[in-house]
Amino acid sequence: MPRKKITLDNTIDSLSILDEKGKVDKKLEPKLSKDDLLKLFRAMTLARRYDERMLKLQRQGRIGTYGPALGQEAASLGPAFAIEESDWYVPSFREPAGMLYRGWPMARLMLWWGGNEIGATPLAKMNDMPISVPVASQIQYGAGIAWGLKLDGGDRVAVAFVGDGGTSEGDFHEGLNCAATFGLPLVVVIQNNHWAISLPRHKQSASKTLAQKAIAYGIDGIQTDGNDILAMVEATREAVEKARKGGGPTLIEAVTYRMGVHTTADDPTKYRKDEEVEPWKPKDPLVRFWKYISDKGVLDEAGREKMEAEITDEIAEAVQASESYEPNLMEPFDHCFAERTPALEQQRAQFEAYLNGNGNGKASGSASVSHSAVH
Amino acid sequence: MAMLNMAKALNLALREALAENDKAIILGQDVGYDEGVFRITEGLLKQFGEERVVDFPVAESAIIGLAIGLCVTGYTPICEMQFSGFGYHGFHQIESHATRLRNRTRGRFTCPMVIRMPYGGGIRAIEHHSESRETIWAHLPGMKVVIPSGPRNARALLRASIHDPDPVMFYEPKASYRAFREEVPDEPETMEIGKAKVVREGSDVTIISYGASMRPVLEAAEELEEDHGVDAELIDLLSLVPLDRDTINASVRKTGRCVVVHEAPKHIGPAAEVVAGIVEDSLLYLEAPIERVTGYDLVLPFFNSELPFMPDVRKVVSATQKVLSF
Ligand SMILES: Cc1ncc(C[n+]2csc(CCOP(=O)(O)OP(=O)(O)O)c2C)c(N)n1
Ligand SMILES: [Mg+2]
Repeated sequence: MPRKKITLDNTIDSLSILDEKGKVDKKLEPKLSKDDLLKLFRAMTLARRYDERMLKLQRQGRIGTYGPALGQEAASLGPAFAIEESDWYVPSFREPAGMLYRGWPMARLMLWWGGNEIGATPLAKMNDMPISVPVASQIQYGAGIAWGLKLDGGDRVAVAFVGDGGTSEGDFHEGLNCAATFGLPLVVVIQNNHWAISLPRHKQSASKTLAQKAIAYGIDGIQTDGNDILAMVEATREAVEKARKGGGPTLIEAVTYRMGVHTTADDPTKYRKDEEVEPWKPKDPLVRFWKYISDKGVLDEAGREKMEAEITDEIAEAVQASESYEPNLMEPFDHCFAERTPALEQQRAQFEAYLNGNGNGKASGSASVSHSAVH
Repeated sequence: MAMLNMAKALNLALREALAENDKAIILGQDVGYDEGVFRITEGLLKQFGEERVVDFPVAESAIIGLAIGLCVTGYTPICEMQFSGFGYHGFHQIESHATRLRNRTRGRFTCPMVIRMPYGGGIRAIEHHSESRETIWAHLPGMKVVIPSGPRNARALLRASIHDPDPVMFYEPKASYRAFREEVPDEPETMEIGKAKVVREGSDVTIISYGASMRPVLEAAEELEEDHGVDAELIDLLSLVPLDRDTINASVRKTGRCVVVHEAPKHIGPAAEVVAGIVEDSLLYLEAPIERVTGYDLVLPFFNSELPFMPDVRKVVSATQKVLSF
């Protein structure tokens, strides 16, 4: 026949385990120990308080522009929780909950937003990439990391993040297409927070879901309630398990909402109404998870207060540590190449002289033979 | 010693790299079964298999981007862009990450990758297959730019580039791939990146060039000697980053006169940097203004009219005479 339907064997699941009232679907509820539940709750609370503090620090002029992740804690934490330390975590820029959980010292993240490369430097043993600024670009090196892990022959995986806006970038397509074609152990999590600065989700893509883009790449896709930490853990666990067995990549669309500003340099009143944000307030990932664990008797009000007090101290310590950091201004010359080129050697000397108050560091009579070492 | 053309010499360097380092991986379009559109990867898939010589989807940004991830996990990717004219699709992964990762992470993650791409005109190819845009890459902090001119230095420099701990743009003069053959030593020769070579000693004038332009420059030097009694010193830069200002200064201080030649457009091109360096370091040694023989600040015309727009023997000879008669 000249024209018939091609049936595709993929469909997209949508997963919600813990609803906004804190009611759990018993059949889907993942097995988590009391300890795990406490860890998750603490990590989400920590990220929330960190965000709130960062917004204050920005207003006080103590850090630069800040991009909060308020309300998106579950979406970045679930995947961080569901992988092993030996796996790789490849963030975009709205994953402080997952990054802190993975072991990034909070002071370093503060230093990143304060304009210091030390904030992009993971601790020696961490398998973590730093914050990535160019939208979706990290999907590509995330896929490359997954490729390396596959070549190593073990069963490690990489999890990479991107926003809803990022799905429009060429790098999203190229990265997913290659990861799928090569069967790489990569999980890509889209944090669909409905906004890309001022562009709403419906103007970003005509696709009904972002998860369905997986079908075109020939991989599995799943849409999750991104404010449901249990769904995030479960969806990532499934994807990771499959990837470890050689089943290739999975695309997870975590449906969440950007409760705050894009960054502190942004004024959302120009493009979105407060009423639009309202319905998302009861869907807060922390509120429902608190209800869930307190109903379970995992933590009581007194325990929570104690936890909050610890977190307050932890953040205060991090602020102090970050504010006592002094960058070494000569350091950039050490990290352009493994060894300085002659040009950098010369520029370094000039810069050093400048820092020491000696003009541009050039000897007078620079054309003289005695200055022949200049190169 | 074997007499090899540049294509074979590059192939030798790649073969050696894959044999010496089992973490080395070649990735690019049609580099496997097709052995590369210029056959630079001939026989490599057969010898090393599909895991080491990877036929990649047509996605330059992904070639560079995934290579960065390979670097992070301890591999040594050797990327091939089919033509430099398509390297721009990989530009932002280079500028956004490959050249910055070392600095961003204070040395925790590095990108010891090589990006090979054929550049330059003179092969009667369709649009986008003839340009010289080395300036773009040489402008990026964190990127080394190496440009061989003949079979022997191509092999030795490609080896060095693969060993280098940082990203290297290895810009291959495609018009020279099969233009001539040269003795290439059997033992794995490596040249230090960042050292220019005086390929012809002379006392009257210094002519500086690199890559494909070395051929007209060498011919021009012969003609200048035979027809005009001019004793020209020739410098082959071999790398734009790092730039060997010591060799340039030593020569210019000796001759007092200089011509710089390249195919790339003139404006803010490599010659401008070379001249600025001479002015900074050796101004008082100069006997005459420096001349530049370069491409025009134009898109290189389609191939039927491209040749007059490229440096040639006549342009180099007359620029040299101008510098000498000042
Ligand atoms: C390649 C690139 N283009 C533009 C920007 C500027 N920019 C920063 S965030 C952003 C929107 C991203 O939206 P989305 O992917 O949905 O992530 P979100 O900010 O919502 O977390 C833009 C356009 C950028 N950082 N990188
Ligand atoms: Mg968004």
